[in-house]
Amino acid sequence: MTPEPKSGSLGEKKKATNSTFLRVARFMSFRVIMLFITIVIGVYATIMIANMGGYVDDIMRNNIKETVNLRVAAMTANTQTSTETRKQMAEEMIALEEKRLGLDTPFMVRSFRYLSNALQLNLGRALHMVSDNGSRQVKNIILERLPATLLLMGTSQLFLFFFSVFIALALSRSYGSFWDKLVITLSPTSAAPPWFYGIFFILIFAAVFKVLPFGGMVVSPPPDNTWDYILSVLKHLILPAGSLIISSLFISIYNWRTFFLIYSSEDYVDMAKAKGLPSRDIERRYILRPTLPTIITNFALLVIGLWTGATITETVFLWPGLGRTLFRAIGFYDTPVIVGSTIIYAYLLAFTVFFLDFIYALVDPRVKIGGGK
Amino acid sequence: MNKIKSFFTALKGYPSAIFGLIIVIALVVLSIYALIKIPYAEAIRLWRGGEEVWYQNPKNVPPAWFNYFTKEKLPESFAVKVGDDGLQKVVTPGEQGTSTIEFTYDFEFDFDQFPQEMFLYLKSNYTEKNPFISVYLITPDEREIRITDTGISRQQTYRFSQDEKLVRRLKGQDVMKGLFVLPATEPIQIVKGTYTLLIQGLVFEEGSDIDVEFVMHGSTYGIAGTDHARRDLAVPLLWGAPIAMAFGLLAAVGTSVLSMSIAAIGAWYGGWLDELIQRITEINLVLPFLAILIMVGTFYSRSIWTILGVTILLSIFTGSIKTYRAIFLQVKESTYIEAARAYGANDFRIVFRYLIPRMIPLLIPTLVSSVPSYVFLEASLAVLGLGDPVLPTWGKIINDAEVNGALYKGYYYWILEPAVLLMITGLGFAMLGFALDRIFNPRLRGI
Repeated sequence: MTPEPKSGSLGEKKKATNSTFLRVARFMSFRVIMLFITIVIGVYATIMIANMGGYVDDIMRNNIKETVNLRVAAMTANTQTSTETRKQMAEEMIALEEKRLGLDTPFMVRSFRYLSNALQLNLGRALHMVSDNGSRQVKNIILERLPATLLLMGTSQLFLFFFSVFIALALSRSYGSFWDKLVITLSPTSAAPPWFYGIFFILIFAAVFKVLPFGGMVVSPPPDNTWDYILSVLKHLILPAGSLIISSLFISIYNWRTFFLIYSSEDYVDMAKAKGLPSRDIERRYILRPTLPTIITNFALLVIGLWTGATITETVFLWPGLGRTLFRAIGFYDTPVIVGSTIIYAYLLAFTVFFLDFIYALVDPRVKIGGGK
Repeated sequence: MNKIKSFFTALKGYPSAIFGLIIVIALVVLSIYALIKIPYAEAIRLWRGGEEVWYQNPKNVPPAWFNYFTKEKLPESFAVKVGDDGLQKVVTPGEQGTSTIEFTYDFEFDFDQFPQEMFLYLKSNYTEKNPFISVYLITPDEREIRITDTGISRQQTYRFSQDEKLVRRLKGQDVMKGLFVLPATEPIQIVKGTYTLLIQGLVFEEGSDIDVEFVMHGSTYGIAGTDHARRDLAVPLLWGAPIAMAFGLLAAVGTSVLSMSIAAIGAWYGGWLDELIQRITEINLVLPFLAILIMVGTFYSRSIWTILGVTILLSIFTGSIKTYRAIFLQVKESTYIEAARAYGANDFRIVFRYLIPRMIPLLIPTLVSSVPSYVFLEASLAVLGLGDPVLPTWGKIINDAEVNGALYKGYYYWILEPAVLLMITGLGFAMLGFALDRIFNPRLRGI
């Protein structure tokens, strides 16, 4: 589609490609470094917050002291042990537990250890949390919850995205119609978050009509038959996915519709209409094409957004996903799990941002990589 | 003045804006009413109060207006004490310092169910010989049921259902049933009409007195119902309004004003300052917003003001700062800025008197539309159990209801009342913001 630049001699052309390569390489390395620095600072900030600058250490130390003292008291309840021995026992156990949790090294040292491990994606072991099959590895804890989150977020967000873009295109064609006005009228309902609709859904479908389950992901005990299992999961999926969709459906359609309308009032669209091109072609080539970078950006951010899960919706529906795991990890002061979740999101975000630049250049001929601001 | 007039004329074209504005104004009025009606300290005392504050209320009952929607009318709760309307106290002095004190109280009972329980809270003062009371209930069909005859101590609670003698006198049946049902009929028939509670007291000393409080725990209560701790839900529902408004408005104003000022400063000075602001925005993108709020709530403080501060801090450097910056970069080049520079205005003056005011039309719709998200953020944290430990908020009611299984047990009013209020608040601001966006953004006007 784009006209090839007419170059004079072969040498000139070679020089041009060379400089393009250099420009792209310089841009890329600059970008990578900047993104990496951003990740380092962002993750370190999260580590500091997850520890409240050492404040959480005090909480954990006090917790250890309390549990160890209780344990020692229980162990020596029926034996004759002198206070000295008891004290010594407690001290030994406290030291051991503090060593296990890494409390014997100063927080500053530990924070950098966390940081370097995180950056190498060496997620390490959780302090308190255990995965359902008994592993303390952060990786296993996260991987175990990932499918549930991907199922819930994937279904709802992908449906939401494609459905709203599709409907928005249709509405932008029949702008001012009844359905268009209906969407505009309903869009303020998206002010409420998904869990809010979730509560209403539970009330209506689970409590009053008793047709769908209150929460969870599968009936208990889980059915042996794979088919029944899938059916049961689907049944549990309807309400949480439905509330995730409904809470942003109208605003999403409205935003896309407005966006398409702005682009369809461009002069070149009018020109195409004047030429008598069929509306399908106008839509595809003159409206969708220039809006493609935005659509792709939104889609990419949506896909990495799946990773974070929906903490509150998962909590309300007792959905065993990553969002709820993160919430539980915070409740346990489990820094490795919190940091693990953050670093993976940060990397995903950085990769996406990095590759989006190339995708822009691919889909939009006006964009030149590293070509000025 | 003219500007304001033309603004309202433009607003008239948007029915949803009028509707939203009415809701917002109603909420402001409700908040002011709440603050005047129940002062802060009193609200906290009521919300944090236990049995000693709320003993008069039944547990987990729906509001009284629930009866409009049901066929079977549920009894309403009430409590009366000496000095209240309807409870009469007649003292007749007798011989040798004794006197009889007679209390009568008439109450309507037009319901299809029995009350949960009835109580007499009795107080008396005496030096040696304690007073004596006889209690009767006179039914609408003129039967006189003897409840109890007893000597009372200085402070005593009499529970109707737990009086063994009364149970025996009513032939072993449940006391509430025995009192309100026509005897020996099948199926049971509740006697409706005016009942009279009659308490005849006898004191044996000069200056000795009896004080009575009569409480009936029905199956409905007041305008909002009660929760698991017998608290009247009207208090937190009413007080939730000013808190939600304060949190939502402060967060919205704080965030948008700060991020706009920072964007203006960055765009004006440019150079490293601008770079720094851009980088901070990118770092902030990596930070997990909700997780950080949860961490602050869990580790540090659940106070609503701490959460508010952190929310504002994390919301300043977001995508909006980039939008503002892009527009400021354009405005920076316009001629009126050049004119200001020519007459020697300093940087500070240009940023705050020339750049920022130009952006206010853009700011207001965003500000108004962002209020609901903050109101719901507070509720979201409360639903996660990180609500303010002291203040009554709508989110905390929902959290209490969730924790106590309101949906499983069928106490729907408990969740619906705060949820509907949240919804109305959210819708009001969202509709207003939406219309304002269309009024102030000419690009959207035709669309």
